[in-house]
Amino acid sequence: MKLTKLFTSAAVALGLATTAMADTTKVGFVYVGPVGDGGWTYEHDKGRQAVEAAFGDKVETTFVESVPEGADAERVITQMALQGADLIFTTSFGYMDPTINVAKKFPNVKFEHATGYKQADNVSVYSARFYEGRAVQGHIAGHMTKTNKIGYIASFPIPEVIRGINSAYIHAKKVNPDVEFSIIWAYTWFDPAKEADAAKALIEQGADVILQHTDSTAPQAAAQAAGNVVTFGQASDMGEYAPFPRVSSIIDDWAPYYVARTQAVMDGTWESVSTWDGIGAGMVGIGEISDAVPADVKASAMEMVAALADGSYHAFTGPLNKQDGSAWLAEGETAPDFGDDGLAGMNFYLEGLTAQIPN
Amino acid sequence: MDLSAINPVLLIASLMVAATPLLLAAIGELVVERSGVLNLGVEGLMITGAICGFAISVETTSPMLGLLAAMLGGAVLSLLFAFLTQFALANQVASGLALTLFGLGLSALMGRSYVGVKPPAMAKLDLPILSDIPVLGPIFFSHDPVLYFGIALTAAVYWFLKKSRAGLILRAVGESHDAAHALGYNVIRVRVLAIMFGGACAGLGGAYISLIRVPQWTEGMTAGIGWIALALVVFASWKPWRVLLGAYLFGGINVLQLNLQAAGIAIPVEYLAMSPYLITILVLVIMSADKSGAPAALGRTFHASQ
Repeated sequence: MKLTKLFTSAAVALGLATTAMADTTKVGFVYVGPVGDGGWTYEHDKGRQAVEAAFGDKVETTFVESVPEGADAERVITQMALQGADLIFTTSFGYMDPTINVAKKFPNVKFEHATGYKQADNVSVYSARFYEGRAVQGHIAGHMTKTNKIGYIASFPIPEVIRGINSAYIHAKKVNPDVEFSIIWAYTWFDPAKEADAAKALIEQGADVILQHTDSTAPQAAAQAAGNVVTFGQASDMGEYAPFPRVSSIIDDWAPYYVARTQAVMDGTWESVSTWDGIGAGMVGIGEISDAVPADVKASAMEMVAALADGSYHAFTGPLNKQDGSAWLAEGETAPDFGDDGLAGMNFYLEGLTAQIPN
Repeated sequence: MDLSAINPVLLIASLMVAATPLLLAAIGELVVERSGVLNLGVEGLMITGAICGFAISVETTSPMLGLLAAMLGGAVLSLLFAFLTQFALANQVASGLALTLFGLGLSALMGRSYVGVKPPAMAKLDLPILSDIPVLGPIFFSHDPVLYFGIALTAAVYWFLKKSRAGLILRAVGESHDAAHALGYNVIRVRVLAIMFGGACAGLGGAYISLIRVPQWTEGMTAGIGWIALALVVFASWKPWRVLLGAYLFGGINVLQLNLQAAGIAIPVEYLAMSPYLITILVLVIMSADKSGAPAALGRTFHASQ
């Protein structure tokens, strides 16, 4: 133990020394999928490239892709810290505890964990209000479906995914009271074959709109093969499937945040913060709504985007009940971010959804 | 819950599609292991086949040429493994793992310009009268040719190992390479050919995913199917028909559980998600209660001077 500690501190010292000499800031990124997934990780890597472009020689970025969530992640993050990284972005929910564990051992390294809720002195958390984008998707989906059956490929039952399902559902229901949601939990963020199978299963059972919360473009390809199924790009524009089946998308834009945080480390002004930005701040973008969507639907969707952006509309505005019928939000009340029934820890479906959340 | 939403005919048809890449890779690995070589590089071979097949079929607009290229790509890459283990006498486990890492990296590099490209569609076999038979038509007679090839290959491998003289030699090499060598058989040649066959099969399995099942190219898209194929060979006791059964069970239950989820059946999702692994292992372990063990020389290095 002592020996490891010695090596660790020696390595850290060495790393810091080289950093100081070269006067570069080292920024590490841990990715859950490959950078070419066309979705989630692809956008994080674009953020990394933006950091390189913004600072040039003054910054050195590294990344490790396809890191499983859990014990492997802890090893990878430790390795990055040992190699002298000043700032490490861990970009998946499942890296939450590994990030916190490693951060305890490296108090001088700054960590940034995406989509989690555990903060520490040297760990910031950041996420985007994807549910605002889901609201727009739900609105369009409710209008577009002819079978009134919407398929949803979910990944893991965590608050972020559940928020997305709820948000899409209430907004689809608002424009189309007969709409039903079929939800498949794939238990993976990235497995194109499985995502395609899930999309096919939903389509075979009559769904004509597919929403996905997994990272690859496989469901888009499955929908395209089926011919008459509407999809939305997830995390990235997935514009190669536009104008149909992909009629719009949620785009994550991490670049401004990554550049700002790297700048803060360089200036020595970095502090542990909790950031949760939406359409208004530009962290969530809505990809172009294609001409496959009727003009009036497109117009009302754009109105919703504008209202979400300027804050005049909140995606979760009462009256809303939980699935069991108990009251959640009263008339006109908007959902709190934190607290018992807050959005950050959302672990319940809203009234009207028939499925159960796996636990 | 609405079970009537599940169309059994479509379900069976799509489970056959889901099982095929697994079957192809596992049958190839079975032959490799029966010759006494443990190739852990199946995942790397599959993903390389996936991009080779994808790239060639996009460039030539012929899915068939793509599939051939995938087999060729897998076989060529497996030659690297054959060279390391059969001529340089490297450790098979380490070489296989290295092959997987190499294949994943190589395919990502090769696939750079193919992300988001749509491949030419593979025509389904259209048998005029047979495809129109209700129920049986969509299940048995309206798939892509590769699916039938997978089943035919299983039969061919069974016949080869069980009935042919060459198969007997291959098994002899796998059971005791020293004895086979003493009888005058060229152990290295047999093993290299087996490894190439395994590589071609894995490549074809990979291309089946990128050209037919998904169809698109995404980095790392095989997502662990190669490892499942490896495990399947062991649980199937190195027997071709059991590999087929296992692949169909695994693929089938996977598709079934997705369908059950979509239909909103009241079984907890966690159980559904683990069911393909559990049921496949359970069935094959029970079946392997007879005394059929691994090939005796599996994973051992052979050199004529030793």
